[in-house]
Amino acid sequence: MLKDITIGQFFPGHSIIHRLDPRVKLILTIAFIVMLFMAGSFYGLAVGMAFVLLSFALSGIPFRMMLKSLRPIMPILIFTAVLNIFFIKTGDVWFHWRFITITQNGVVSAVFIIIRIVGLIVGSSLLTYTTSPIQLTDAIERLFAPIKPLRRPVHDLAMMMTIALRFIPTLIEETDKIMAAQKARGADMESGNLVKKARALVPIFVPLIVSSFKRAMELALAMECRCYHGGEGRTRMKQMKTSLRDYASLALTAVFIAGVVFADKLGPKVF
Amino acid sequence: MNTFLSAKNLKFSYINNMEEPPVKTEVLHGISLDIKKGEFVAVLGHNGSGKSTLAKCFNAINTADEGEVFSCGYDASKEENLLPIRQRVGMVFQNPDNQIVATIVEEDVAFALENMGVEPEEIRRRVDEALKTVDMYEYREHAPHKLSGGQKQRVAIAGIIAMKPECVLLDEPTAMLDPKGRAEVMKTVKMLNEEMGVTIVLITHYMDEAAQAERIVVVDSGNIVMDDVPKKIFSQVEKMKSLGLDVPQVTELIWGLRQEGYDLPEDIITEDECFEALLGLLKPDVKE
Ligand SMILES: Nc1ncnc2c1ncn2[C@@H]1O[C@H](COP(=O)(O)OP(=O)(O)OP(=O)(O)O)[C@@H](O)[C@H]1O
Ligand SMILES: [Mg+2]
Repeated sequence: MLKDITIGQFFPGHSIIHRLDPRVKLILTIAFIVMLFMAGSFYGLAVGMAFVLLSFALSGIPFRMMLKSLRPIMPILIFTAVLNIFFIKTGDVWFHWRFITITQNGVVSAVFIIIRIVGLIVGSSLLTYTTSPIQLTDAIERLFAPIKPLRRPVHDLAMMMTIALRFIPTLIEETDKIMAAQKARGADMESGNLVKKARALVPIFVPLIVSSFKRAMELALAMECRCYHGGEGRTRMKQMKTSLRDYASLALTAVFIAGVVFADKLGPKVF
Repeated sequence: MNTFLSAKNLKFSYINNMEEPPVKTEVLHGISLDIKKGEFVAVLGHNGSGKSTLAKCFNAINTADEGEVFSCGYDASKEENLLPIRQRVGMVFQNPDNQIVATIVEEDVAFALENMGVEPEEIRRRVDEALKTVDMYEYREHAPHKLSGGQKQRVAIAGIIAMKPECVLLDEPTAMLDPKGRAEVMKTVKMLNEEMGVTIVLITHYMDEAAQAERIVVVDSGNIVMDDVPKKIFSQVEKMKSLGLDVPQVTELIWGLRQEGYDLPEDIITEDECFEALLGLLKPDVKE
């Protein structure tokens, strides 16, 4: 069950998307999010989705990974859909029964928002799938580097993020182990109401937190032994170079943004 | 200078600030130890005897309360010597999971060099070299959490040797590994010592690993109680037992046989030597 979590997972590869400058990739992702929010009609949205699907195809990441990234947000999707369908009461009435009214506008905006959220998740997972966490945090660090007062806090934050991402699989593995150990001692985690289930988590989280602190101490020591002394004077093995393909992809993204604006003019407005 | 790591009358205490007033526990009670360049020293001692504490004094993680510590000629008590010492004296810990910082093998190996401010091309070159040295080059783009324990520990070693240290302190590097992983790590350690001339200090609870060293130092409750070549150390079976330590299995076997009155040499520490000795006993005629 815990193995399904794919946040922050990285799939090494050599596709064109993998080789883009991480800074550019970060900017492109933000541009894509803006694109999705600019789109006010299904045509505009289609252009935005075409952009992310094209990027996905270029990355060579298997399509089922895209579906996998959507699994954890299923509840959110269902929740938004329900809210939109039942609470928007304008437009042609398609269905009416006692207090339940389903209108065309409600269904249309539900579909619209679902597509938008799916796009958001797929787009941002593509970023983490194709960029190693270190490169990603590096990119953030470097984008902020020109702003001097922010340099230090951003480095610290970036380092913390790197470590957090690095330890996700380790801690997941550990949680599985602790769960198995507690089950072997007769802990019952599946039955009972919500409160009871929440209580059952305490004997899992307490040992997990204790061991995380121990790990943190050891890691800090190991980092010190490897001459870590903050961001000052650090160099990087992987240099970030913007090359032709980065400019090309920036230009392509600009074209898609223009495409969204243009397509919106053609189609009926949803929002 | 020939001595490479040296401690003179080193005393060290941990201070527990949780209590009021803070409680001070002396863990090292005046240790004097000289380790020469290129030596392979094993450190033995039961749990809590202060082995790890001693090792941490040598790379300036712990600073001595009394006495002096010199690592590669740098005074370990001086703040400004911290980084030069840590570059020259690397340290590998027990749990490989807790010393790997990055999510990609090669990025982890590069970590120390990045901290030291080495040029990017030079980092690349040294990372590749270090990975080849520990025989993990083909895994350079893998995620560390998918490697076996022995492989992870070799990556951790690569991260240290990329700094080109003159000395590596290993604190029970094989404690969490299976026999295969242990053998891999020991092979790497021996290779570092023999082919690259790196000074090795190996803290271990495995006597067969200690037997591979040139010299064994036995620590008991914060004091050095024995310091000699493995053969001399392990031939004192009773003393070792009184310190709560074992001797290699073969040594124990031969010792038991000697107790029964068999005429066998007392300084047997490897399986081959044991085999020869027993063969000599069982088939005296074959020997000639
Ligand atoms: N950070 C610390 N704070 C307080 N006391 C400590 C700390 N680390 C170790 N000690 C104490 O110092 C003593 C020596 O510990 P040390 O870790 O050096 O032993 P060791 O010989 O490495 O043992 P092991 O074989 O278990 O690794 C122990 O009694 C231990 O409880
Ligand atoms: Mg120890």
